[in-house]
Amino acid sequence: MPRDFTPKVVTANALLEGDVVYLDDNGNWTRDLARAAVITDEADAQVRLLDASSRPAEAVGAYLADVKPGPNGPEPVHFREEFRRTGPSNHCHGKQADL
Amino acid sequence: MYSYSDFDAAFVAERNRQFRAQVERRIDGSLTEDEFKPLRLMNGLYLQLHAYMLRVAVPYGTLSAAQMRQLAYIAERWDKGYGHFTTRQNIQFNWPQLRDVPDMLDALAEVQMHAIQTSGNTIRNVTADHFSGAAADEVADPRPVAELIRQWSTDHPEFQFLPRKFKIAVTGSQADRAVIRAHDIGLRVLERNGEQGYEVIVGGGLGRTPMIGKTLTEFLPKADLLPYLEAIVSVWNLLGRRDNKFKARIKITVHENGIDEIRRLVDDRFAETRTAFSGVDQEMLRAIEAQFAAPAFKQSGTEAYDTAYDADPVFRSWADTNLTAHRADGYAIVQISLKAHGATPGDASAEQMRVMADLAEQYAHGELRVSHEQNIVLPHVHKSDLPQIHAVLQQHGLATANIGLISDIIACPGMDYCALATARSIPIAQQIATRFDDLKREHEIGDLKIKISGCINACGHHHVGHIGILGLDRAGVENYQITLGGDHTENAALGQRTGPGFPAEEIVGAVETIVDTYLDIRTSAEETFIETFRRTGMAPFKAALYPEKEEKRDAA
Repeated sequence: MPRDFTPKVVTANALLEGDVVYLDDNGNWTRDLARAAVITDEADAQVRLLDASSRPAEAVGAYLADVKPGPNGPEPVHFREEFRRTGPSNHCHGKQADL
Repeated sequence: MYSYSDFDAAFVAERNRQFRAQVERRIDGSLTEDEFKPLRLMNGLYLQLHAYMLRVAVPYGTLSAAQMRQLAYIAERWDKGYGHFTTRQNIQFNWPQLRDVPDMLDALAEVQMHAIQTSGNTIRNVTADHFSGAAADEVADPRPVAELIRQWSTDHPEFQFLPRKFKIAVTGSQADRAVIRAHDIGLRVLERNGEQGYEVIVGGGLGRTPMIGKTLTEFLPKADLLPYLEAIVSVWNLLGRRDNKFKARIKITVHENGIDEIRRLVDDRFAETRTAFSGVDQEMLRAIEAQFAAPAFKQSGTEAYDTAYDADPVFRSWADTNLTAHRADGYAIVQISLKAHGATPGDASAEQMRVMADLAEQYAHGELRVSHEQNIVLPHVHKSDLPQIHAVLQQHGLATANIGLISDIIACPGMDYCALATARSIPIAQQIATRFDDLKREHEIGDLKIKISGCINACGHHHVGHIGILGLDRAGVENYQITLGGDHTENAALGQRTGPGFPAEEIVGAVETIVDTYLDIRTSAEETFIETFRRTGMAPFKAALYPEKEEKRDAA
């Protein structure tokens, strides 16, 4: 039996600011992981990643990141994605500064 | 200090103009990211975890007061009010926006700085002993030759698409403060029978496959340097493993072919390159040397220093820890620690940069240095000025008396910023420094270098730390491997792994265990950590770190 597909989001860095962005349900980039579209199907994930990669004027280095469901939307599985959605731990800069 | 020629200024201005147009074409969609990436890397612009990062070259770690002030201005105008000094004597800005980078580069050019060849598969910024021109033990100031190498390697047509990056470090002293044995090429200026020349070391490097460099020639006459360097790089340019990024550095080429074969190939190539150099390079070197003439040192008493030293224990502690002997009578080399306990190693705020620039201008012949240990150096200070300098530093969080001690930690940016990192480095450094400060034991512990890298690429030099810490991702959790016995000096050595790594919440305790073990077994307070390790080897440290294993062995 094939392994269950781990839910994913499409993520990248914005071209102009370099900030971390995610694709939402409408195919727009959002800076908030909680508002990202959660993809639960492998084929769908590949199509959305292709779509994101074909928009080089908006974002750079699109890839699929694993997520898990949380009370306020998707949450990171890996600590690297936790830092990407928050910011560095030594200064209150990046996304955490806007909270 | 070196001042740009018209050629240098025109070259940098033209490159900035080109890059401005490239950024515009990237933004308007004429360039794809694949097309743009090599162009931005050539100009020091990375895309990191949260933002772009601009790495600015500080050639051989030397800065003027005006340059330091401009870095402060850039930090405030286009970044978040601070900069990060790196283990390659550069400065990184962590938060620039793409549209602003051309303006930042123009602002750098105003003070004769740039970000060219701070990235990519080129010859990178040449590093040098941060005490150059000041150290009491120096044969000759290595910066003129570092500047010559900078000019030769910048935009060198043969060396713009090398198999991998290429790093050169130079020292002018027997004591190695530039880690020359961990560079692709390490040079040591020396004198033999009254003639100046270089020991040339090749094939050192840290990273995935750490290697201590090997001596290619023990004495290369001064005039032969550039053709000889050109021969080395061109031999590697042909032999280097372009098929495998992890085997592309010259250390692997030297390892696979053997130093004798490399020497034979370099000598053959040198016979050709030597004829191509007409001696113009030596004329240029002489002109550069004139620009690095020592400042006019003053002759004056040191009573103010002696009085403060006797009267003020805080000043005395700082003086004992942060000063180094200077070649001129009455002078000292000052190290300004960017390692306040709990702060990010190597970070300086714009305000701190301005304070250091002002101090340099007022008391230190307008010169500053960036050390690979991520501190700032005032290379030429008369001792009578030290009490005032210390008082100013105190007001700005810059008077930490910990140079060379356990809290003077090298740490790469790690996963707080770096896209390549596998774990964080900065919080580990902060926690270790804070813990030992709380214990008030660091002066008792003495000379101990902790170096932390957040991935195998080893920007934090962990292999050559007395205690090296390497952050890894173990099944989705940050995990830290420890090495002991590394040495970054002229006695260069790679550390040995203690055993299994430690999770983030246990790593500070593990370091404490190592230090407690050292304090227990050292023969006297004079025996440093590295001397104790060399005497006892790994066994006592291993037994203390992994007691369960010892018990199992005893039971068996």
